Amino acid sequence: MPLYENISEFQLDAFREIGTIGAGNGATALSQMINKKIGMTVPAIRILPFAQVPEVVGGPERLVAGIFTTVKGPAPCNMLFMFPIESAKILAGNLLGRNYQDDEEIDYYGRSALTEVVNIVAGAYLNSLASFTNLKFIPSVPALAIDMAGAILNAVLAQIGIAGDQALLMETIFTEFEENVTGHFFLLPEAGSLEKILEAIGVKG
Amino acid sequence: MAKIIKIGMADLNVATPPDVLQTCGLGSCVGICLWDPVTKVSGMAHIMLPSSLQGKNGNEAKFADTAVPLLIQGMLKLGAEKSRLVAKIAGGAQMFSFYSANDIMKIGERNVEAVKMVLEKTKIRLIAEDVGGNYGRTIEFYSENGQLYVRTINLGEKYI
Repeated sequence: MPLYENISEFQLDAFREIGTIGAGNGATALSQMINKKIGMTVPAIRILPFAQVPEVVGGPERLVAGIFTTVKGPAPCNMLFMFPIESAKILAGNLLGRNYQDDEEIDYYGRSALTEVVNIVAGAYLNSLASFTNLKFIPSVPALAIDMAGAILNAVLAQIGIAGDQALLMETIFTEFEENVTGHFFLLPEAGSLEKILEAIGVKG
Repeated sequence: MAKIIKIGMADLNVATPPDVLQTCGLGSCVGICLWDPVTKVSGMAHIMLPSSLQGKNGNEAKFADTAVPLLIQGMLKLGAEKSRLVAKIAGGAQMFSFYSANDIMKIGERNVEAVKMVLEKTKIRLIAEDVGGNYGRTIEFYSENGQLYVRTINLGEKYI
């Protein structure tokens, strides 16, 4: 049974719009942190069966750094950032002022730096979402895993899997131009949360 | 030529020799492989959650308790005999460790428990497992010999 058939195209547009502003705030925060220009794509909203979600990030076996936060409040959501491993190394290296070699694993400090980036970017995003909706969004401390994209997505999708067979993803790709760092950001609302957010901004179907 | 039959999240399928069943990137999910040693009919399910009682929707391949009976049904159609079936399972990792690990975060562990319970209930013998940990797995199940190949990123590969 499709979970999102009651959401109109117009409502999705409204959701995309507040997502764009939120992601813009996130990109600005990231840009200030690493002191480099960050570009972002207009968020794409996709409603996909679970089995197809890993394809969005290049297939289930792609090695990625995934940083995951659960968001509590009246409209609970999950946020996941995924960086291809090469991008994760450059980003962590930038933050720590060092270089990670191709065959080198991201160490404790690098992992910690990546987690902190997401903490700040997610905070900026949620602040913007909160000011639009007047709802509270309380993020958990992010957790990081470096592994197969499919395995990381499993763990995240299980959170929302209880409610339906499809995932609504809001996806933005952040790009740092000089060194070509890309990252995928996904917002996955739990069952009923999207409706609450839309109601709070006064957009009816 | 052996075909590789890919199975996505919350999905299942059956095969006969020489075909191979494959699922990529198991995290907290569990890959359940069943095999009939006589007819060599094999089946694989990629389940996401322990119990269909938590949710109410139609995809039976998503839950441990509903996927196993469905998988058996499919295998019987290809000539498998239920009393001969044996099982191998892999997955059920905890990919993220939060400071306050709540129930949902332990979903991998709960998935494994649920799978074992269903196998016991349906009287299918579990002959091999590679479960838990905090890393992802890709698995391939060979209907020809019932071997289960498990590949990880940092911990190598093995057959169980």
